[in-house]
Amino acid sequence: MATAQDRIPVAKTYKIYIDGKFPRTESGRYFTFEDKRGKVIANVCRSSRKDFRNAVVAARKAQGGWSKASAYLRGQIVYRIAEMLEGRREQFVAELSLEGRTARQAEREVDAAIDRLIYFAGWSDKYQQVFSAVNPVSSSHFNFSVLEATGVVAMIAPEEPGLLGLVSNLAPAIVGGNTVVLLASESAPLSAISFAEVLHASDVPAGVVNILTGFGDELAEHFASHMDVNAIVCCEGGRKRRRQVQTLAADNLKRVIWRAGTDWSGDGNPYLIRDTQEIKTTWHPIGV
Amino acid sequence: MARDAPGPDMATPENTLAFDGGWEYDPAPESTDHIKIAPRYGLFIGGDFVKPSTGRYFDTINPANEEKLARVALAGSEDVDKAVKAARKAYAGPWSRMKAAERGKYIYRIARIMQERAREFAAIESLDGGKPIRESRDVDVPLAAAHFFYYAGWADKLEYAFPGRTARPLGVAGQVIPWNFPLLMAAWKIAPALACGNTVVLKPAETTPLTAMKLAEVIADAGLPEGVVNIVTGAGATGAAIVEHPGVNKIAFTGSTAVGKLIQKTLAGTNKSYTLELGGKAANIIFADAAIDQAVEGIVNGIFFNQGHVCCAGSRLFVQESVADEVVEKLKDRMETLIVGDPLDKNTDIGAINSKMQLDKIEEYLEVGQAEGGTLHQSGCRVPKQGYWCRPSIFTGVSQSSRVVQEEIFGPVLAIQTFRTFDEALTKANNTPYGLSGGVWTDKGAKIFRMTQGVRAGVVWANTFNKFDPTAPFGGYKESGMGREGGLHGLDAYLKLGA
Repeated sequence: MATAQDRIPVAKTYKIYIDGKFPRTESGRYFTFEDKRGKVIANVCRSSRKDFRNAVVAARKAQGGWSKASAYLRGQIVYRIAEMLEGRREQFVAELSLEGRTARQAEREVDAAIDRLIYFAGWSDKYQQVFSAVNPVSSSHFNFSVLEATGVVAMIAPEEPGLLGLVSNLAPAIVGGNTVVLLASESAPLSAISFAEVLHASDVPAGVVNILTGFGDELAEHFASHMDVNAIVCCEGGRKRRRQVQTLAADNLKRVIWRAGTDWSGDGNPYLIRDTQEIKTTWHPIGV
Repeated sequence: MARDAPGPDMATPENTLAFDGGWEYDPAPESTDHIKIAPRYGLFIGGDFVKPSTGRYFDTINPANEEKLARVALAGSEDVDKAVKAARKAYAGPWSRMKAAERGKYIYRIARIMQERAREFAAIESLDGGKPIRESRDVDVPLAAAHFFYYAGWADKLEYAFPGRTARPLGVAGQVIPWNFPLLMAAWKIAPALACGNTVVLKPAETTPLTAMKLAEVIADAGLPEGVVNIVTGAGATGAAIVEHPGVNKIAFTGSTAVGKLIQKTLAGTNKSYTLELGGKAANIIFADAAIDQAVEGIVNGIFFNQGHVCCAGSRLFVQESVADEVVEKLKDRMETLIVGDPLDKNTDIGAINSKMQLDKIEEYLEVGQAEGGTLHQSGCRVPKQGYWCRPSIFTGVSQSSRVVQEEIFGPVLAIQTFRTFDEALTKANNTPYGLSGGVWTDKGAKIFRMTQGVRAGVVWANTFNKFDPTAPFGGYKESGMGREGGLHGLDAYLKLGA
């Protein structure tokens, strides 16, 4: 019988997540992820514009069904993500450690990410009640305003903290019925792709969340300019990228939600959900 | 009964009511002897009417007879700078230090004075913009006053609007408004901005500056601290100077999608916030089970209200195939009864097209629609010789790709298509980059909700159309803009929310 010493461990291939599948980048490109000592841990996909466009097609396809899913169901699915993450806590702690955390920091971040998912899962059937309105119009009409998902959201996740930042931005978008294409932190691609596996095991329908790894400097312009993306949430970038993203976003009047510089270790709030919602006002006469 | 008296079936020309012609309305013009229009208007900056640094003035005309109404100052970038500085001074000074309840009382005053002078405002709105007096009297002016009254009350209640957040004003708001609802758009912009504690630099459209200048008088009469509201007149370059001014914290724009995109690009990389209220190409969907006569009224109101100069106009009509012939016939009959003419006449249904430029654009689309194979039908009404006029117009036989179906015309031109199934109607309705408004007509409640939920638009009217209220948020999805005006949700545009 083989001992622990002479068994060869099986390394994981980190692939991207599009339409409920784990393809490699179509471009065949990669970047290496190294640990603190410079040892190559993984060759990570360097996603291309084409990968992004494929992901948007998947997100658009999934948008109708996901936005119409009941709030209760969306809440349960996001809760399920937390359950799956909790079950794989040790794996995430190990990966975050590889990504530069101390064991203690890694544990805290994974715990916070799980709790954040639970937090937003609970909002699924409540934010509508907090933010909608019945409007007392003067004429004889019943008039109300409700929130609806903005649609397909492109998201550049925060570099730090990789996992918690990703979850803090992703959860409010999907709990509100949006579908998402997300570019993971360049420095934390391992936990992002493992998180995609968690999503995959959580009854999240294919295409609702798509996760790419790669370079923000290369992909930001494509995220901002795609004509079938309704909003862009950008958590990284200085003035130059902000100018670029907002300029390109104007071609189809994307909503630009600029979140660079936010401290993601703080508490969540439902205004993060509201950022990717539209308000629809409906009128109907009162009479016979 | 005498034998020679005509019985019920023996009508003679003398005793028969001829419903199909010969009935004319006598003119019923609104008097204008009570209104005051100055020959020349300066810029309203820092509480005073001042001369423009450009030294230049431009004419504003009555589009119904092409006669000059007044000369209005052309604000250059130097004037805009002065206005922004005045607004900044007022913001740093009295306005942000004032108790919110007192701020609200000033806004209430504006509403009250506007109500007192409603008749004058209505007449000037119709003179300067060409809209029927019935609309300016019953819609524009009362709604504008109501808007101030509604937002006045919010001033000292903002902490209840956003649970868990603190709300702070943004600072100086730069606001650029269009010519289709001049006074109402000014109210939509100014009222929430002031209620939230901001100060304002507003530019009305160059073809309709007069009611904004009258509003400046009201604001001065209401005793608002100088510089809280500044109104500068001019064309696109003046608007651009406001958008580009580094001293402005927020831009609120209502106008075309093309200009809205330019503004978003201009503001890229700055810390200015913005709300954009842009174009539309609303679908008005008539199901076979709708109350057809009411639906026809809704179609007429949807596209011919305000000459079709309405961003949320129901300019695309989708009729279920089984009732299409009936609806189109009834619509044609109804169109024949619409009176096109003097905006000041209380009988007028459709007034003057706002400008020569707009009339040219509409007429170009009438040609494009025919060239693309559409069948044009216009009412046979007479229109005056002087001024800018367009008969109510409908296109049948158009396709999804027709320009008159895809592009915003902003005139009394309706594109009619048919559908068979619910899904087909919804797919066609959403097949546009716009998403401002929509309409659905059916007697089935479940169908209403399915359609109003499916239409990707910010305002949906079911069994009604083109209704507005200060308490009801208004604004678009997709390329129709971002942000809401009206209601609680309209406060958002003028506040910074903090933890």
